[in-house]
Amino acid sequence: MAVPYDSASKFQEYARPEMLVSTDWLAEHLDDPALVVAESDEDVLLYETGHIPGAVKLDWHTELNDPVTRDYVHGVDFARLMEEKGISRDTTLVLYGDRNNWWAAYALWVCSLFGHPDVRLLDGGRAKWIAEGRPLSTEVPPRSRGSYPVVERDDSTIRAFRDQVVAHLGLPMIDVRSPGEYSGELLHMPDYPQEGAVRGGHIPDARNVPWARAAAEDATFRTRKELEAIYQDEAGLRPDDDVVVYCRIGERSSHTWFVLHHLLGYPHVRNYDGSWTEWGNSVRVPIRRGEAP
Amino acid sequence: MTADAGTLHPRLQEIAEDFTAMPDSQRLQLLLEFSEELPPLPARYADHHDLLEQVPECQSPLFLAVEVDADDVVHLFFDAPREAPTTRGFAGILHAGLDGLGADEVLDTPGEFPSRLGLQDLVSPLRLRGLAAMLARIKRQVREHRS
Repeated sequence: MAVPYDSASKFQEYARPEMLVSTDWLAEHLDDPALVVAESDEDVLLYETGHIPGAVKLDWHTELNDPVTRDYVHGVDFARLMEEKGISRDTTLVLYGDRNNWWAAYALWVCSLFGHPDVRLLDGGRAKWIAEGRPLSTEVPPRSRGSYPVVERDDSTIRAFRDQVVAHLGLPMIDVRSPGEYSGELLHMPDYPQEGAVRGGHIPDARNVPWARAAAEDATFRTRKELEAIYQDEAGLRPDDDVVVYCRIGERSSHTWFVLHHLLGYPHVRNYDGSWTEWGNSVRVPIRRGEAP
Repeated sequence: MTADAGTLHPRLQEIAEDFTAMPDSQRLQLLLEFSEELPPLPARYADHHDLLEQVPECQSPLFLAVEVDADDVVHLFFDAPREAPTTRGFAGILHAGLDGLGADEVLDTPGEFPSRLGLQDLVSPLRLRGLAAMLARIKRQVREHRS
């Protein structure tokens, strides 16, 4: 049977407390053979400088993306990847990473497209583990191969494509980028285009809630009450809303997707992974400039 | 950007060959070594961070300073956090390849040098653009020092 859930009281207030584990819990369960810990970072070299003992590396850039088409890997490659990492379909997968679990949340979202049954995030991620003085290792753990069936991605429930976003115009949307990206200013740095998009601004009516606001100083998620104040009182979302979230390529918005869907319990949240690098380069889609939604 | 198809200075050529001769998995390890070899800032910059130019194209904070001495030799100084080893690694490559070269040699460095390291499939295009931006800013500062 699977690894027990973390019963930490902070998590109990969230809609799905089983989606998180604490650093205390992880330290106690590191040797559980039914558990695999995977590090997924924004900086692709960070794992090599030292990681949680026994953790494998999951590289967002080279392993989760299709190498040719702009898309995620398909079922066959995902199954092979999981097996190479020592992950089976019934493995409890705990993901963590740098920068408030930014890329770890992205990896979790991709694993969710394949319906991996038990995948959790380490609350506070790499930063909290290190801040608490817990051990790191540079050793790449030898893992026996997992056994993973070929499961095709389900792109229909938590993923949104451009045409669906066009159809969603006027309905609740959250742009999780920085205020400068949202207003369109950041594309105007002379000679050094930053974002890889030919137009700056945001999708009309999308509200701007930078993703990292959901994280506290120590990189853990804010309490449910604090999250409700941000997303409901401030951004005006309601729990039964059909919400689309986006950023530049869908990584930062995976973090917000996790918050809305798993911590606040919104049933209908989709991540638009085409995000601004698709929308800002698309012909004739509506764009709004400036700070107002 | 100019000098796109130019030849590399032997020092840069050697770095590029070291990278491309290796299998993918070891290329990241080599990049990590470059990040570890990046020398710390001397006190005159560490204590005066405002003298450094930020490179906002890098995904992590990266600051650099360029000096051209009386013999027209270029000296490079970088500051990048330890938590950003990829960015540090790029800075380490440019330091190992360009520090101590003549100003003309630095200016002759092809702008597409980053694409010769065989890292395209290992790090994101946005990151490689950060490396290209560092190089462009170094060359711009060298030109400014001379004029």
